[in-house]
Amino acid sequence: MINVDQQAKDLRIHRRSGPRIANAIIAVIALLIVGIAVKVFIGAGQIRWDIVWEYFWSPAVFSGVGITLMLTLISLVGSIILGTVLAAMMISGNPVLKLIASSYIWFFRGTPLLVQIVFWFNLGLFLPTIDLFGASVNTNTIITPLTAALLGLLLNVSAFMCEVIRGGLISVDQGQTEAALSIGLTPNKALLRIVLPQAIRVILPTAGNLAIDLLKTTSLVYVIGTREIMGTTQSIAAQTFYVIETLVVASLWYLVLVTISSFLQSRLENYLARSDIRTTSKIRKVI
Amino acid sequence: MTMQETVDVSRNDLDNIVRVRNLRKSYGDLEVLKGITLNVRKGEAAFIIGASGSGKSTFLRCVNSLETYQGGELWVEDYLVGAEWTGKRWVEARAATTASRRSRIGMVFQRFNLFPHMTALENVISGLVMVHGVETTQARKRGMELLDKVGLADRAESYPARLSGGQQQRVAIARALAANPSVILFDEPTSALDPELVGEVLSVMRQLIRDGMTMLVVTHEITFAEEVGDTVYFIDKGVVAEAGAPADVIRNPTNARTAEFLARIR
Ligand SMILES: Nc1ncnc2c1ncn2[C@@H]1O[C@H](COP(=O)(O)OP(=O)(O)OP(=O)(O)O)[C@@H](O)[C@H]1O
Ligand SMILES: [Mg+2]
Repeated sequence: MINVDQQAKDLRIHRRSGPRIANAIIAVIALLIVGIAVKVFIGAGQIRWDIVWEYFWSPAVFSGVGITLMLTLISLVGSIILGTVLAAMMISGNPVLKLIASSYIWFFRGTPLLVQIVFWFNLGLFLPTIDLFGASVNTNTIITPLTAALLGLLLNVSAFMCEVIRGGLISVDQGQTEAALSIGLTPNKALLRIVLPQAIRVILPTAGNLAIDLLKTTSLVYVIGTREIMGTTQSIAAQTFYVIETLVVASLWYLVLVTISSFLQSRLENYLARSDIRTTSKIRKVI
Repeated sequence: MTMQETVDVSRNDLDNIVRVRNLRKSYGDLEVLKGITLNVRKGEAAFIIGASGSGKSTFLRCVNSLETYQGGELWVEDYLVGAEWTGKRWVEARAATTASRRSRIGMVFQRFNLFPHMTALENVISGLVMVHGVETTQARKRGMELLDKVGLADRAESYPARLSGGQQQRVAIARALAANPSVILFDEPTSALDPELVGEVLSVMRQLIRDGMTMLVVTHEITFAEEVGDTVYFIDKGVVAEAGAPADVIRNPTNARTAEFLARIR
């Protein structure tokens, strides 16, 4: 008979070295490729890093960063409002409202954002004056590079935001609405106080991705002369011919902004993921 | 009798909490309820049994205005479900009226439907606070009494995800009881539970029946219906095919379809 205790003490599982060696070789090859790429693009390239450094901190670029942030924030807040209205229209029982909202989404998702931006900038070409409630204004006094950019971004992102919000709302089980109605809440209150708090947990991470996308997408509006990061660096390039350096400056600033946003987004997601705490503090206030 | 006199008779028959006359309900071309007639007396435990798809859930949902109906009359206490009397004629009830009527009826769902972002206690008092405007400390006190009643006072601060199915359903029952409803509707309250958890929910229901709560219960727990029910309705193809005391309907069914159904689920 084998003594089981004795055997347990002696039992040892030996390591295999094959996979470890293979991993090490793959890592070395990958580092080599990265090293060569860096050498080609940065080391041997003709980039003037002192110029990059200088423009990175220049007041003109700073103001471009400010405008990029402003474009992003205003379009984001606006799209949350308009997107919520569109989502409400989509889930309402009213077929006309639903048709209007889905046509809106169809149009703004179906045409390129660049086309939409250029279109708004040139609105005055076919609509010289805007008549509303008896007042009449010259279109060109309203449509500046900044307002055209905002209009283009906001209206476009709203279509996507609507889908994000609607997706969140329909991800909440129908039984939640029924339970909310059964305790005596009206349909509107059931949506607001039971469905929405649950939908938010689905909506926020996706909306966060949309916001980060939006941050980079704002660069498109430089084509109509808006002085955000891309517009500013491009105009510097046109005067100084530091084409690559200014592109690097723009890229670095976008990286900085996206990194900060991603960090904030992951903090938010972690907060929402704490299953017990969830939105408790808010609910406690409500209750 | 004129139309209005019939209506007055129905309206003032307050010994019966739920009064249903020839109720009809269709989904498009599909007629699901083809003339249901039944009464639920105050303090009665009425059970509804029947095959899958026979319209049991649909009927309960009509009682709580979660569905509209196309014909017949459906009275709960002193109101005609889905309608308001203007003094001249019946018009569709407003959303606010329907909501306040629903708050007088408790409902327990097959899949519990607890609010996942609220603790057990918050679930129980959600209606008191959000609908009835009861002040928080008072609502919490009432909530704790109810949780104690269903044996879950120690789980008041737990979230639904941390509770077993049986515990969740007991919280759901406490939530349905919170506003002192005149009747509680149960739609297969134990069907989603593991067999060993069924007993704890049934014993809470048994206690409610002893307390004299008016209940309308859809269930496949035939033995339970036989043991505690005052009346059993067998619904088949959208009509009440057989009704009576459990001893008659379950032990000695006169309708061949009832006998067939009982034989199948035993
Ligand atoms: N929203 C709906 N739209 C269309 N048909 C429906 C809808 N809800 C239910 N039905 C149909 O109505 C019939 C009755 O459904 P109901 O859910 O009332 O049956 P049930 O007796 O509760 O069955 P079960 O024991 O399976 O719960 C079924 O044929 C079902 O397919
Ligand atoms: Mg059912």
